[in-house]
Amino acid sequence: MENALVSVPHNWYLLLSSLLFCIGVMGVLFRRNVIVILMCIELMLNSVNLLLVSFSAYAQNADGQVFVFFVMVVAAAEVAVGLALIVSIYRNVASTDIDSMKKLKW
Amino acid sequence: MAQYIFYALSIVTILSALYVVFAKSPMYSVIAMIVCFFSIAGHYVLLNAQFLAIVHIIVYAGAIMVLFLFVVMLLNLNQEPDKSHGKLLRVAAAISGGMLFLVLLLSLNTSETGTFILPEKSDIGMVEHVGKKLFNEYVLPFEISSVLLLSAIIGSVVLAKKES
Repeated sequence: MENALVSVPHNWYLLLSSLLFCIGVMGVLFRRNVIVILMCIELMLNSVNLLLVSFSAYAQNADGQVFVFFVMVVAAAEVAVGLALIVSIYRNVASTDIDSMKKLKW
Repeated sequence: MAQYIFYALSIVTILSALYVVFAKSPMYSVIAMIVCFFSIAGHYVLLNAQFLAIVHIIVYAGAIMVLFLFVVMLLNLNQEPDKSHGKLLRVAAAISGGMLFLVLLLSLNTSETGTFILPEKSDIGMVEHVGKKLFNEYVLPFEISSVLLLSAIIGSVVLAKKES
């Protein structure tokens, strides 16, 4: 395959994925809705995936892409279990607000 | 040419990620997240990882976001707008996110990066190459991940089932 991206330096990918990761962290701290917090965790996982793919493309090594594959598997499992947890919590407290889940709080 | 495609995709990615965080209703967050995933798939195509781009669209935009959408609609969350934290907590969240970005930026600035140069031609990201790697070197993690998926299926069914 012809490579289309010869003119973009690798630093741009480092910048982009660290910015995406920080947006995800900020979202986790910022929001109170559990579903949005779960989505922000997905955002962080995706920024790491993007970084791994860019490193694997620039270093010409397919190991990184295989690793991204496994990260996707874990993310899918995590989302399925997390959403099931949210649904069952919603049945008990009738809200997805993070402040309504403080039974374990000291 | 490819440079401009990269810039456009990056702008779309970052704006939609910001919209995920700041949208009033979780419904809009989900829609913005789908846009963000498609632009990341575009990045994968630019990086010659076609197999991963397709898998990313199928798994994330196809399966995971449908799950999110399903739960948002099931729980009827789009009626009342989401209340956010108090002002102090919000400012603290923005500051800590910005500080983390600053730390990452400084560490990138002082480390030696950008020494990689993309070769003119590569077939690293093709199905053939990734598949050979996956089924030769990584065959044990591949099988173990199937067990993980099975346990996730069983766990989510058990958790979401109504106790009668």
